[in-house]
Amino acid sequence: MKHTIQKIYIGLILILLYAPIATLIVLSFNASKTRAKWGGFTLKWYGELFQNEAIMGALTHTLLIAFLSAVIASVIGTAACLGILHMRKRTRTIFLGITNIPMLNADIVTGISLMLLYLAFGASFGFSTVLMAHITFNIPYVILSVMPKLSQMNYSTYEAGLDLGGSPAYVFFVIVFPEIFPGILSGFLMAFTMSLDDFIITHFTKGPGIDTLSTKIYTELKKGIKPEIYSLSTLLFLSVLILLLIINLKPDKRKEMTAQ
Amino acid sequence: MNNRRSKFLAAPYALWAAGFILIPLGMIFYYGFTARKGGFTLDNITAIAEPGNMKALILSLILSLISTIICFILAYPLAWILANMKFGKGSFVIIIFILPMWMNFLLRTLAWQSLLEKNGVINTILSFFHLPALKIINTPYAIVLGMVYNFLPFMVLPIYNALEKIDDNIINAAKDLGANRMQTFSRIIFPLSIPGVISGITMVFVPALTTFVISDLLGGGKILLIGNIIEKEFTQDGNWNSGSGLSFVLMIFIIISMILTAKYDTSKEESAP
Repeated sequence: MKHTIQKIYIGLILILLYAPIATLIVLSFNASKTRAKWGGFTLKWYGELFQNEAIMGALTHTLLIAFLSAVIASVIGTAACLGILHMRKRTRTIFLGITNIPMLNADIVTGISLMLLYLAFGASFGFSTVLMAHITFNIPYVILSVMPKLSQMNYSTYEAGLDLGGSPAYVFFVIVFPEIFPGILSGFLMAFTMSLDDFIITHFTKGPGIDTLSTKIYTELKKGIKPEIYSLSTLLFLSVLILLLIINLKPDKRKEMTAQ
Repeated sequence: MNNRRSKFLAAPYALWAAGFILIPLGMIFYYGFTARKGGFTLDNITAIAEPGNMKALILSLILSLISTIICFILAYPLAWILANMKFGKGSFVIIIFILPMWMNFLLRTLAWQSLLEKNGVINTILSFFHLPALKIINTPYAIVLGMVYNFLPFMVLPIYNALEKIDDNIINAAKDLGANRMQTFSRIIFPLSIPGVISGITMVFVPALTTFVISDLLGGGKILLIGNIIEKEFTQDGNWNSGSGLSFVLMIFIIISMILTAKYDTSKEESAP
């Protein structure tokens, strides 16, 4: 009895979370151009999607920015964690406090503050300004998932490696890196997802010449969304879903990698 | 020796944080306290008291508070059930809540338009069962729904993490010592989950307070929140000074929640191994 109620409750929350997604997937097969009515089943939009250069361009920018910002954030963030670990307690508190700012601050304030920075330095708005903004809000996600792994690690193993004659860099890559890799990976995935889903910060830091999927959708909101966007989102969503299912259904080491 | 050098690994991040976190915040202070023609002024800050701005701020505060409360009420039992299911290291739970983010945030919110519209999906289902239609699109109720929908994961995940960390032995000890279920919950489990609750509250309250997209899409463009006003100052009116002033006022609320979080974060560190 108790378990049934619990299952119903989880089910209702999942419906709340996934109802809009189901709606969008259904819309991607809708032959009618408007969202308001169902015009029959079609695969037309999936074909036209790949011919639509504006959408494919926005997709390329989105994926490129997500990938580059997640990689750069992972490198800077992991290095920062190694450094922070060796700091005195007070310096460490200050560092972690600053790390919290982009996470806790409102996106609109982060976006505006970066926009003002770029304006003050006369930067030309475009791909690089968006990329730098995304790196900025991604680093905290990496630090937050690498830091716990690093502080759990036994420091003696690192010292043992050094005693046995390994150089610090060698010991890092052979002993420390495999230990903290799950943390780096989950930080990377989190950063990638956050970058992909961001609209507000991109909205303030992009120039007129470049669009990501979010900003493209925002400008289309007024004119009416092109159905190709729904099919693109469906493809993106389903490919991630399938990827995650493959990783998680294999009961081997890989499972640990996605876990935090 | 080695320790001293290791510290410099944080140098790139220190530079990055200074350049892209601290200096930009300084720019907001600078513009916020500067008149358009130059010179120090408080006008941009006191502009919050103008009727239109004040109304938007109060509405934002009310809607984000309601959303935060609803998120908490929905999330706590959910996190509790999920934590008791013992999924091990929780990748499954995290995936359920992160996965929707792969469908664009604007599209997900837009989909609620289709669901809530006068002739939308929900009303079609309701009319099929001869139930009265749901008329909440373009009202503050729809905005609250959009906020709860978008930010619920940020409430569930921290509470789930806090609950999952609680050692079963502590709960068993409480029961052995004669505590009933209510007492175990109120004296042991809930206090231990407070850090998660606090970080969940800030993670929901801050984006809800400052959103402009959700009110744009589900409020029909007529309901202005403080985020809408700030966004307009920057993108339409090009008035960075008053936009910065209003952002500064928003930051005061954010700083209050950051102080609260920091206070409870220290207790978290102590309990860490």
